[in-house]
Amino acid sequence: MLSKEIRSYFPILNQEINGHPLVYLDSGATSQKPVQVIEAIKKYYEFENSNVHRGVHTLGNRATESYEGAREKVRKFMNAKSTQEIIFTRGTTTSINTVAQSYGRANVKEGDEIVITHMEHHSNIIPWQQLAKETGATLKYIDLEADGTLSLEKVSATITDKTKIVSIVYVSNVLGTMNPIKEITQIAHEHGAIMVVDGAQAAPHLKLDVQNLDCDFLAFSGHKMCGPTGIGVLYGKQALLEKMEPIEFGGEMIDFVGLYESTWKELPWKFEGGTPIIAGAIGLAAAIDFLEEIGLDEIEKHEHELATYAMDKMLTIEGLTIYGPNDPSKRAGIVTFNLDDVHPHDVATVLDMSGIAVRAGHHCAQPLMKWLQCTATARASFYLYNTEEDIDRLVAGLRTTKEYFNDAF
Amino acid sequence: MPSNNLDQLYRQVIMDHYKNPRNKGSIEDGALTIDMNNPTCGDRIHLTLQVEDGVVQNAKFDGEGCSISMSSASMMTQAVKGKKIDEALQLSHIFSDMMLGKEYDDSIDLGDIEALNGVAKFPARIKCATLAWKAMEKGVSEEQQQN
Ligand SMILES: Cc1ncc(COP(=O)(O)O)c(C=O)c1O
Repeated sequence: MLSKEIRSYFPILNQEINGHPLVYLDSGATSQKPVQVIEAIKKYYEFENSNVHRGVHTLGNRATESYEGAREKVRKFMNAKSTQEIIFTRGTTTSINTVAQSYGRANVKEGDEIVITHMEHHSNIIPWQQLAKETGATLKYIDLEADGTLSLEKVSATITDKTKIVSIVYVSNVLGTMNPIKEITQIAHEHGAIMVVDGAQAAPHLKLDVQNLDCDFLAFSGHKMCGPTGIGVLYGKQALLEKMEPIEFGGEMIDFVGLYESTWKELPWKFEGGTPIIAGAIGLAAAIDFLEEIGLDEIEKHEHELATYAMDKMLTIEGLTIYGPNDPSKRAGIVTFNLDDVHPHDVATVLDMSGIAVRAGHHCAQPLMKWLQCTATARASFYLYNTEEDIDRLVAGLRTTKEYFNDAF
Repeated sequence: MPSNNLDQLYRQVIMDHYKNPRNKGSIEDGALTIDMNNPTCGDRIHLTLQVEDGVVQNAKFDGEGCSISMSSASMMTQAVKGKKIDEALQLSHIFSDMMLGKEYDDSIDLGDIEALNGVAKFPARIKCATLAWKAMEKGVSEEQQQN
């Protein structure tokens, strides 16, 4: 377990909600922010704020240095070869849409296939549905095993020589499953397809290494990894990005503008039209510093321990069902569950009255809910600041919820 | 731990409607059909209304959702049955004021619906309570436009 002192860096955790100390178990939706990140953004606005890549003046240089410095930090964080492969976006959703609209429109045609799985977030489903509709390609789903994992046999059986794009979540935001991305990438490449990875739930929790994975694109969001909202990353292999057209046109992304024709800046800027998310990138860099100081391996270990502890304790509650792999070593710190026939909204409301924040609903994964044969579930997701005591509070809260609904009425 | 606040939300009447919903099912032919869902949480309702001569003769619902959305649907169907369209819309208006925590017209006997007034203190749950009413409004206003 990580030291509880980590909690002291997160001012928001130090408060009462509905008369009880806050237990925040919704980091899967968005994580809390440490003072280091809040301060970095404040410092930028107090001492550096200026537009980037423009002015000759000193502030402009400071802002540009910080913004481009953030890009280098991200490159190292995910072990990309070059900063030209790191594009700042608004988040995972924008990153995946960029691949679908730029790479997808140029490379996918009628009769081709796009392959995803039943455990995708809506942001890794709808961009491909749209692309399939536009191009006449077929969207195919890889079926899941009974415990919510992917088998490489089914992956191999679904991807064919007609497949142009495979796009799969690294860590599921519902099941917590960690998928064998490296192996799937190899299978995709054997068929000449490119591999896109939704890394939204992976970047906060484990060490990314895009060169080792050999994936072609990887998307993630800053706000789930202690960074601010509104900033995310699209990693792409340079050779692919070079050939791709921008999807947003305007200032910052151009080289030469004529009356009827223009040319684009080099990578990565051709994909960053308009004034970029400067404060966001600086906040993300501070978040990376923070996470790396603690160590992504340590964070991953901490979450496994919490998930193991939580599953053990939660399963002592009669009538509680946990979805996804039973083996905690196969999952990240995400536990999705249902309690008897108490609706997850009601579970979340009763827990909230005890100061415990969990998510209830379909978690932006309606096809997965269908696969699980439920319309909604409750989800507790853990991060580096959570403790065993948080889980004890959750378990006590769940017992109370059960009593309240079963006995009170 | 379950505080008084919770007891205000989950009244006995609400849980009774949740566990024993009134007017559950679907009216077969000639009825207005409205399907609505709450995209943020997946609650959904399938409402059928039989409107004749400007009066809601029958109302039934099917759906999936939490105690608040399903009990509200049950109460709504109970309340609008036998009401004229404008009376049903007026009830809906009163209900909406109640949810927003505003003063509401209490000259009309609201019956069981009154029990839902605790929802106003739970902003995240207001959408659950109003789903069935929105569906009803949509249905009768379509009916009004056609005539
Ligand atoms: C697995 C997964 N993919 C994609 C997203 C979308 O991220 P964002 O909303 O930051 O674009 C999320 C976050 O909700 C997620 O959990």
